[in-house]
Amino acid sequence: MDIIVCIKQVPDTEEIQKVKINPQTNTIVRESIKSIINPFDENAIEEALRIKEKNSAFVTVISMGPPQAEEALRKALAMGADKAIILSDPSFAGSDTLATSYTLASAIKKIGNFDLILLGKQAIDGDTAQVGPGVAEWLQIPQITYVRKIQIDGRMVRAERSLEDSFELVEANLPALVTVTKEINEPRYPSLRGLLKAKATKIIHWTSQDLQVDLKKVGLDGSATQVIRIFTPEPPSHGEILTGSVSQKADKLIKKLKKKNLI
Amino acid sequence: MRNEIKVIWEKCTGCGRCIPKCPLSAIVLENKKAKILPNCSFCGICVKACPFEAIELKRQEKIVDLSEYRGVWVLAEQRGGKIVPVTLELLSVGRDLADKLGVKLSLLLLGDEKKNVEQLRRYPLDRIYLVQDSLLNYYRTNLYTQAIVDLVKKEKPEIILVGATSIGRDLAPRVATRLQTGLTADCTSLQIDKENRNLIQIRPAFGGNIMATIVSPYHRPQIATVRPKIMKKASPKNERKAEVILIKPKLSLEKAAVNILDLIKEESEVKDLQEAEIIVSGGRGLGKAENFSLIRKLADLLGGAVGASRAVVDAGWIPSYHQVGQTGKTVQPKLYIACGISGAIQHQVGMRTSETIVAINKDPEAPIFNIATYGIVEDLHKFIPLLIDKLEKAQRSLT
Ligand SMILES: Cc1cc2nc3c(=O)[nH]c(=O)nc-3n(C[C@H](O)[C@H](O)[C@H](O)COP(=O)(O)OP(=O)(O)OC[C@H]3O[C@@H](n4cnc5c(N)ncnc54)[C@H](O)[C@@H]3O)c2cc1C
Ligand SMILES: Nc1ncnc2c1ncn2[C@@H]1O[C@H](COP(=O)(O)O)[C@@H](O)[C@H]1O
Repeated sequence: MDIIVCIKQVPDTEEIQKVKINPQTNTIVRESIKSIINPFDENAIEEALRIKEKNSAFVTVISMGPPQAEEALRKALAMGADKAIILSDPSFAGSDTLATSYTLASAIKKIGNFDLILLGKQAIDGDTAQVGPGVAEWLQIPQITYVRKIQIDGRMVRAERSLEDSFELVEANLPALVTVTKEINEPRYPSLRGLLKAKATKIIHWTSQDLQVDLKKVGLDGSATQVIRIFTPEPPSHGEILTGSVSQKADKLIKKLKKKNLI
Repeated sequence: MRNEIKVIWEKCTGCGRCIPKCPLSAIVLENKKAKILPNCSFCGICVKACPFEAIELKRQEKIVDLSEYRGVWVLAEQRGGKIVPVTLELLSVGRDLADKLGVKLSLLLLGDEKKNVEQLRRYPLDRIYLVQDSLLNYYRTNLYTQAIVDLVKKEKPEIILVGATSIGRDLAPRVATRLQTGLTADCTSLQIDKENRNLIQIRPAFGGNIMATIVSPYHRPQIATVRPKIMKKASPKNERKAEVILIKPKLSLEKAAVNILDLIKEESEVKDLQEAEIIVSGGRGLGKAENFSLIRKLADLLGGAVGASRAVVDAGWIPSYHQVGQTGKTVQPKLYIACGISGAIQHQVGMRTSETIVAINKDPEAPIFNIATYGIVEDLHKFIPLLIDKLEKAQRSLT
């Protein structure tokens, strides 16, 4: 079977605190910020590889982003993916989730063969969780989001989908799109052999021409939403360290919480 | 201005390189110059393909007739036949937006259970669209999308609000993509720009380190998912009894695409973390799995839910659905008590917007103290049993 995994390169979690805004241009200063594969997307890669090991499959990873997103694809290859494609073009810049999902879907259509499309449940920079359902809609295929367990059964995918206080057991015919949570697996580290193989594998580069996309639907032009301002939230108040003996601290805490009507 | 594309004769060499690139075969050579045929979609691929900059494209300004779209809609979310609290929160913010715009507030209720209608009519809204079909009693992505999109196309609301829940965030992007309109996720504040009737949507990004203001000026409807537990709930006020409009959608189960085989409740002791008003969370400082009983006891006493850091989930001390943080749940209770949790950034982003944060940690340097409203530097094994004891005594003296 053919599996396509969509991955995004995002600022490293440890570095997220350092994300700063340039007050002049109202944009995010990204220099000197280390990048990683979006953590949930690593789970998506891992799940594709596990399915490959069980059912035999061809795993293609794609990422839309600036040229340095190749790093993320290289890591996916090192983990064991078979093929990597970067969608990079100046006209893709400034995409919102509508434009991003259109571009990804166009690439998936160009790849042509797909049974299962895997994505992370959300990207940790934008936290939108909108790209997965968007891609499924552009492709007119079923979607199953927030999945913590997948089983492939012939032409069928069976999944456990997490809800707030329960989970659903669902199934859909392939091709289908699934977004995964971190509970689904523990992503592997690339092996030495994998790293060497990844170095030797060529990453395919597709531009807007290769995808034959409608330029009105990509990048800023294709985005229905516009970010008009970004700002730093009020810094969290430092609060108060309670003092005294253990017993006094407990009394003080109870008093304070009572005063706030919390208990 | 309409879309315009033209070939600049002086520059065109008739090389023909644009011809195979055109996805619609809308370019031919005529008298050794490129000629663009009327089936051109103005995609601009040829402009980039031309080495001589001989093709010029001017695109139409985005003019959409936004004035056709009027009214604010709220999508009611039901789980197990019950209206989810976020619906009432959407009704209060929706009322506010509708009043500012001078339009009606409508509630969209899907399914054939009529019992919720009477209850909801008491809230300050103008209209309930009851999309009646038993296939909609349970949430299914495709059927909900179809029912909503059909109605939106007919009624043309300018704003649709959806709860940012596991259902809302599955549904809204599908609806927005089908309508080819803008969607903003997980908003924490909504306002109206009176001049152009734009919805000003404010939301956190980068795990709450940055806030973004987002608008969708050229598209309607403007759709937003709204984070639960941020907006105050609407209260039932009887003055305007909402009119009920019955809609019979045309749906078939085959179109559902995804088959729901079963719905399994997680352990009954697990309260919905995202709905909880009080959360007591335990981290590695507990020392061992058994000590979670201390956290449970405190949570029970306060009528709260149990949370956890990733370290203890990874250690297998507690199931993962308790995890708070970047790769767990984002919570915003009135009171969050972090016990033996260092407060790594990945944990903080999941709970830093809680109203009151209490941290119990024996290390005064632990980062959790940077965001704690009340910090207690103590060994939790001493402090928590004492706290429980005092709370129990206080409760007993009340009864
Ligand atoms: C990509 C990524 C995603 C992540 N996502 C999450 C997430 O969603 N949620 C999350 O929580 N973490 C997440 N983490 C992990 C996070 O970085 C921390 O490792 C984790 O939160 C630490 O958990 P902890 O505070 O329980 O343990 P520790 O950091 O080990 O802290 C234990 C604390 O307990 C205190 N302590 C010890 N004994 C006592 C005692 N007797 N009395 C009082 N205090 C005591 C110590 O002083 C210490 O501060 C993520 C990490 C990565 C890389
Ligand atoms: N630029 C991108 N390239 C490839 N995949 C992406 C991109 N943006 C988002 N995704 C995928 O969509 C998921 C959800 O992202 P988001 O909707 O931005 O939260 C991510 O976990 C990725 O799997």
